[in-house]
Amino acid sequence: MIPAQFEYVRPDSLAEASQVLAEDEDAKVLAGGQSLLPLLRLRLAYPSKLVDVGRLAELRGVHDRGDHVYIGALTTHDEVMRSEAVNDGCPLVALATAHVADRAIRHRGTFGGSLAHADPAGDLPAVVLALDGVFVARSAGGEREIPAAEFFVDYLENALDAGEILAGVRIPKLGPGWGFHYEKFHRTAQAWAIVGVAAAVRRSNGSIAEARIGLTNMGSTPVRAHAAEAALQGAELGDQVRRACEEAAADTEPPADLHGRPDYRRHLARVLTHRAVRAATGTP
Amino acid sequence: MSELDTGAVAEQIAQSDQINEPAATPELGRPRRRKEDARLLTGRTRWTDNLTRPGLLHVVFLRSPMAHARITRVDVSGARGLPGVVAAFSGQDFADEQGSLPCAWPVSEDIVIPDHPPMAVSEVRYVGEAVACVIATDRYKAADALEAIEVDYEPLPAVLDMEEALTDGSPKVHEAGNKAFSTKIVSGDVEAAFRDAPVVIERTFRQQRLIPSAMEPRAVLADTDGDTFTVWTSTQIPHVLRVMLAVVTGIPEHRLRVVAPDVGGGFGSKLQVTAEEVLCLLLARRLGRAVKWTESRSEGNLTVHHGRDQLQRLRLAADADGRLRGLRVDLLADMGAYLMLVTPGVPMLGAAMFNAIYKMDAYEFACTGVFTTKMPTDAYRGAGRPEATFGIERMMDELAAELGVDPLEVRRRNWIRHEEFPYTTIAGLTYDSGNYEAATDKALSMFGYDKLRAEQADRRDRGDPVQLGIGVSTYTEMCGLAPSRLLGESNYGAGGWEHGSIRMLPTGKVEVITGTSPHGQGHVTSWSQIVADSLGVPFEDVTVLHGDTAISHKGMDTYGSRSLVVGGIAVLRACDKVKDKARTLAAHLLECSPDDLEFAAGAFKVRGTDAQRTIQELAYAAFTAHDLPEGVEARLDADATFDPDNYSFPHGTHLCAVEVDTETGMVRIRSYVAVDDVGKVVNPLIVEGQVHGGIAQGVAQALYEEAVYDADGNLLTTTMADYLLPSAADLPTFQLDRTETPATSNPLGVKGVGEAGTIASTPAVVNAVVDALRPSGVRDVEMPCTPERVWRALEGARR
Ligand SMILES: Cc1cc2nc3c(=O)[nH]c(=O)nc-3n(C[C@H](O)[C@H](O)[C@H](O)COP(=O)(O)OP(=O)(O)OC[C@H]3O[C@@H](n4cnc5c(N)ncnc54)[C@H](O)[C@@H]3O)c2cc1C
Repeated sequence: MIPAQFEYVRPDSLAEASQVLAEDEDAKVLAGGQSLLPLLRLRLAYPSKLVDVGRLAELRGVHDRGDHVYIGALTTHDEVMRSEAVNDGCPLVALATAHVADRAIRHRGTFGGSLAHADPAGDLPAVVLALDGVFVARSAGGEREIPAAEFFVDYLENALDAGEILAGVRIPKLGPGWGFHYEKFHRTAQAWAIVGVAAAVRRSNGSIAEARIGLTNMGSTPVRAHAAEAALQGAELGDQVRRACEEAAADTEPPADLHGRPDYRRHLARVLTHRAVRAATGTP
Repeated sequence: MSELDTGAVAEQIAQSDQINEPAATPELGRPRRRKEDARLLTGRTRWTDNLTRPGLLHVVFLRSPMAHARITRVDVSGARGLPGVVAAFSGQDFADEQGSLPCAWPVSEDIVIPDHPPMAVSEVRYVGEAVACVIATDRYKAADALEAIEVDYEPLPAVLDMEEALTDGSPKVHEAGNKAFSTKIVSGDVEAAFRDAPVVIERTFRQQRLIPSAMEPRAVLADTDGDTFTVWTSTQIPHVLRVMLAVVTGIPEHRLRVVAPDVGGGFGSKLQVTAEEVLCLLLARRLGRAVKWTESRSEGNLTVHHGRDQLQRLRLAADADGRLRGLRVDLLADMGAYLMLVTPGVPMLGAAMFNAIYKMDAYEFACTGVFTTKMPTDAYRGAGRPEATFGIERMMDELAAELGVDPLEVRRRNWIRHEEFPYTTIAGLTYDSGNYEAATDKALSMFGYDKLRAEQADRRDRGDPVQLGIGVSTYTEMCGLAPSRLLGESNYGAGGWEHGSIRMLPTGKVEVITGTSPHGQGHVTSWSQIVADSLGVPFEDVTVLHGDTAISHKGMDTYGSRSLVVGGIAVLRACDKVKDKARTLAAHLLECSPDDLEFAAGAFKVRGTDAQRTIQELAYAAFTAHDLPEGVEARLDADATFDPDNYSFPHGTHLCAVEVDTETGMVRIRSYVAVDDVGKVVNPLIVEGQVHGGIAQGVAQALYEEAVYDADGNLLTTTMADYLLPSAADLPTFQLDRTETPATSNPLGVKGVGEAGTIASTPAVVNAVVDALRPSGVRDVEMPCTPERVWRALEGARR
């Protein structure tokens, strides 16, 4: 790795970190480094400073807060996967995190870094979007809440202002009756998703009462499959559900790359949504 | 966490070698753990990039972002004054001394070998070609300064498609045109074979472009003391490289030393004389200092020579019962922008292999080498033979489908029967030995062929979205690249012999010097086993030196599954000479005739008595030289070369079952059986390792890997996120077994195993994929069979 020259600072407090960031718009937060360092290596990013937040304990850890689970931005993927609060309160996050990269990377990469990076191919953005997570940003000016639907602005672009640091994310707990699944489609075990589908579904007798579907890598940001969600509401398990999932790719503009052209990705979104919903509802 | 005690770990690994029986048990055939591994696993390695020299400088190269352009200006002055920068140069600065990178295999009379400057001077012909360089006190400063170099390009049209490149109106890669060479080989009456043939099958297959992807990226370190030069480089061919570097740079051979330290894989990609090797040497000469270059993975994807890239048009004629009448092969082979060390020879290594294990009346092979504005291609694991094997094994499946006969049955009706060996094929090679029936029978029973066919039928009946496919590959290959005479007939620029020496040390320990250059194959272990058996010394008492032209002074290096078959035998021959000398000395000391001595378990014994001298005692006696017979030197050491009179022909039967998800196009290998016949086996563990890696690479071509250039000639697959390599998690458990039909062309009966797995597995996998989809009307899926391609093939067939 031969990055261009940069300065390195490791603030002792969030306030200090946010001040450094506010003063220098070319400075970047360094968390686990698993997305930022590859960019530096390829000289696709030229930050003036890396602000290592790795020692800020207040950014780390998972807390059960009654109606929601609060996941500190610096919590590693591995910690998230093992967290009892996450597995109890928002199991979809744990399920999806198990699909992120490989074990070594999961020990370094962080929950907040994954989201702040705002890569639509990342597995967690679609999950947090589907669960209507709330992002907590902190700066010298205080704290601000950003709903998931507003956080992902564009490809690798989030809604944080200069000087703002992602402190954590509130994931609302869904009550009883909900089932979850994350369906990731990728070519090799460690590869990124060509398409991924995060599904949270509430079953009521033989049909679906409510569904939330987040799509990975189906646009320049993670997206909700609103049309499929609407069609799924009230759909009877079986043929009706299958037909509802045909709507999964509606209004998406998936990317074209070596692993799939847009029409193939749309096709995958439909197939995988059906699989995800069936798995979430426990139907074969 | 406590510090890892690497010393203790190395010790443990060394001791965990459970096998510690007396030397009376033969070493050959024993699954010895590799002597190399403790050191490699505990990081006590000497990769070129780990090496340093006093005052070391680092060079980085500026590479062309254009596929094809005239260079109108290069200004390196901006880089020169920057911190840490010692020098910066453009191609113009080397124009008078850099020579041309060599091509050592002019395969035809009409071949065009364009000038190939290590650093482009006036024109670039592929993305990644070096146009300038910065030399600095560290790599980071050099890379920073690279951004201050200005280059003006006048774009020229890219030439990317081989068929278009050969049309009259096509832009040219080189002035002489886009055709590098053309050849044709005809055997038998091809016209007659096709005339009135009841079955004629015609298919076009594409061998995609591959990137070899050795674990260790390339690195070069060149140094000089003002008089002599040393180049440490991650190469497979230190000996050949020394000769070539001497010729290219004009540095006299005797003042040039080449060292291949630990080398982490090559697969053919380090069988090369690279621009960077030449340039580092020139820089060391010019600056009088040590200069090192280490590539990044992305730089490597651009500029390590690529592999495969052929368009194969095949026509096969058969009788109604499936008996083969004739085969016509028409190849376009993408050379890329230049001819490198053996670029044009690669497709020619398949010239006599398309007919494979089958008997037929007539055969025609035509090949045209084509220039394009891409990275040059050259040897990649199997080189020419995987392409041929893929072509014929796919065609045999197509023939079976056409006739409605089981694919193995079609093969049985055509293959050379075991009692017919030695057999001279339609392409003119003489296969010395083989038993295709035995390997196939064994594979079938391990695979559970009939049961899988029944399951396949059931899934087809049920319209299961997951279909099962079964693929067959009954391959052979020619390897052990040796017979110098045959290589000469094919106009190859070097011989194919190998060299080995034995040094008997005073304490009875043995130093082996080999001309082969291992880079992962375990020669140190295998050669130790050969020597231990031959000289009757303990395995642990043997060490093997290699990969340094100052130590191993003669050699033809490692490629083409040749090391054991040629180099291992050279070592064995040297052992024989040692024993001859030792016998003379023993007879003198024991006061008997040499004929009265028998050699067993490392000692010469006077027949019928207890009087004996061990080989160790004799080594010491030769060392002290107190009592040597007339005319005997004060050493038992010996050198030998070996040059067999034929190639060797491993073969085997690989069977693959895949599950294809017809909704997504995803292919999953469910089971894989390989029964290989690589002749006698020196070390079964090493053989299995070679087969595992080989199959993985062949599967990778079938399902994952592809170097992709866009319409402007930019390589898109510059990282491992885009150029997909499978890992253990993506591969099934390979079920392996062997049959053992000894080769007759060497005294050990060994055949070579380095490439077999790669050659065999690609068609087995693709045949399985096509087999799964055939009822849907799919007849082929282009490699790699990605989920998207499989899905599109199904969509196409549904319409
Ligand atoms: C080989 C490989 C494979 C991978 N595969 C996958 C995969 O399959 N699925 C997947 O989802 N991910 C994958 N990843 C990415 C991985 O999940 C990373 O952990 C994640 O993308 C980034 O987290 P990080 O902590 O390493 O962030 P960093 O790399 O440190 O930072 C990423 C970006 O986020 C910003 N940032 C980080 N933390 C904060 C914060 N608290 N506040 C504000 N900005 C912040 C940084 O400035 C930077 O721009 C892979 C990574 C690698 C190297």
